[in-house]
Amino acid sequence: MQTVKMVITGPFSSGKTEFIKTISEIDVVSTERSITPDSVESQEKSETTVAMDFGRITVDNDLVLYLFGTPGQRRFDFMWEILAEGMLGFVVMVDSSKPETFREARSILETFRAYAPTPYVVAANKQDHADAWKPEDLRIALRIEDENVKLLPCIATDIEYVREVLLELLYSILEEMDSN
Amino acid sequence: MALKGNLAVFTTTQLLNLINLSKRSGSLTIFEGVETGEKMMLGDGRTQIDKLVAGKPLARLNFREGKLVFAEMQSKDGHLASILQRSGKLNEEQSRLIRQRAEALKMSDKGLALSLINANYVTQKDIIQSIQKHTVSIVFDLMTWKREPFEFKEGDQAPASRILVPIDLRNIIIEGTRIQNEQLELEKEIPNLDMALRFAEDPSSFKNIKLGANEWRVVGFINPKNSIRQIAKACNMTDTEIRRIVYALLQAGLVQMVKPQVEAKRRPDIRHPVPRNTPDRDVVNRLITKIKTINKTP
Ligand SMILES: Nc1nc2c(ncn2[C@@H]2O[C@H](COP(=O)(O)OP(=O)(O)OP(=O)(O)O)[C@@H](O)[C@H]2O)c(=O)[nH]1
Ligand SMILES: [Mg+2]
Repeated sequence: MQTVKMVITGPFSSGKTEFIKTISEIDVVSTERSITPDSVESQEKSETTVAMDFGRITVDNDLVLYLFGTPGQRRFDFMWEILAEGMLGFVVMVDSSKPETFREARSILETFRAYAPTPYVVAANKQDHADAWKPEDLRIALRIEDENVKLLPCIATDIEYVREVLLELLYSILEEMDSN
Repeated sequence: MALKGNLAVFTTTQLLNLINLSKRSGSLTIFEGVETGEKMMLGDGRTQIDKLVAGKPLARLNFREGKLVFAEMQSKDGHLASILQRSGKLNEEQSRLIRQRAEALKMSDKGLALSLINANYVTQKDIIQSIQKHTVSIVFDLMTWKREPFEFKEGDQAPASRILVPIDLRNIIIEGTRIQNEQLELEKEIPNLDMALRFAEDPSSFKNIKLGANEWRVVGFINPKNSIRQIAKACNMTDTEIRRIVYALLQAGLVQMVKPQVEAKRRPDIRHPVPRNTPDRDVVNRLITKIKTINKTP
């Protein structure tokens, strides 16, 4: 049996766990940790991913796709390299409503690209949020000049969007094969 | 859709660049940053900065198809008579009288410009150049702002009574980058705001030195126990502002930088390529087929 993997990365609280939960056929094996109630993180949410998220999509008897979500807090970024190993491609999730996280998104993107030159897409997540920046604006804000890199609107709780993001990543992988 | 944020995380230059590249029309308002006492988490899930909410508007810029056409800033008198005076086209007395008359007659900037040109006070070119200068100076000011909330609203039109002078943003961005380079220089000179300061000699030597009010405020906090960052906070200064002052004090040999009590630990960035699996086309195609069929209802 063959297994392949994709990595879902992005800044703290950008929606990585949610994304994997929405499409995984198993309950996401998540290493969530409660955030201390009176800390700043907790204004955002009550739990954060500590080591990784882990989701699965079974294609057939001999092919399984694993989705790995990276932990959001930088103090756990020793995990990134391990997760990046052997990945087919990666998705950079960005909370489009939080410009304060764009710089980090850019830095994560760069780091992953340095780990492995695999194709990737950027998901402009939380497009349902009133303050969400448009994907076109995010492209400029994140300085993604390469037109071949797809910047896709996303709502991580909505399967339609999640499916589209993964499909676009797979199409990018095919395109890369064609160009080699 | 809104384009909201604050200048601490998305700079004026970045904003102008975005508006220029996307050929936007609309208005950009910069607000006073009001402290909430709350913190805002950056994307690393670790760094926190003060969370500011929008207070009263401090500046507004209008754009048409990516060009800057109008700017006003609360702290910069934008009356045409004052603008012409600042650029040397009117003297103080002329400016005062003209302004009085214009206000008495409830003249708009446009009407005033016309009558000034007709009366041969100034030329149309004078007016355009003066307004341009005023607009650009507002933008350069904004480029030094470091934490104010902003909001861009699409399609908002510039005030009809004002004289609109379209300015290509690219030149301003280039110039703005130069200004920011100055900041980078300062950051290189004073990279670590967690360092502390101490007097190079007896503080009484300051008596004969001319310092501005801001410098004095900083001097008042100099003590090996206070980090530069803490001083900035106490004086309500931005990082750049405190760096500028500390730099000047250092250059003048009045203060010395001393080691921070606790040096911030930095983990080296490990970035070596990891092994990569080259998948085969069949695998990717099977994945595509499978994912297309997934239709869970959440
Ligand atoms: N409105 C909206 N909320 C979302 C969306 N995606 C995620 N969220 C919410 O955003 C918060 C963070 O989502 P998570 O999936 O935990 O984010 P994460 O990236 O895994 O976070 P860390 O593991 O802490 O880095 C949660 O409250 C989610 O419910 C979205 O598309 N729209
Ligand atoms: Mg998570």
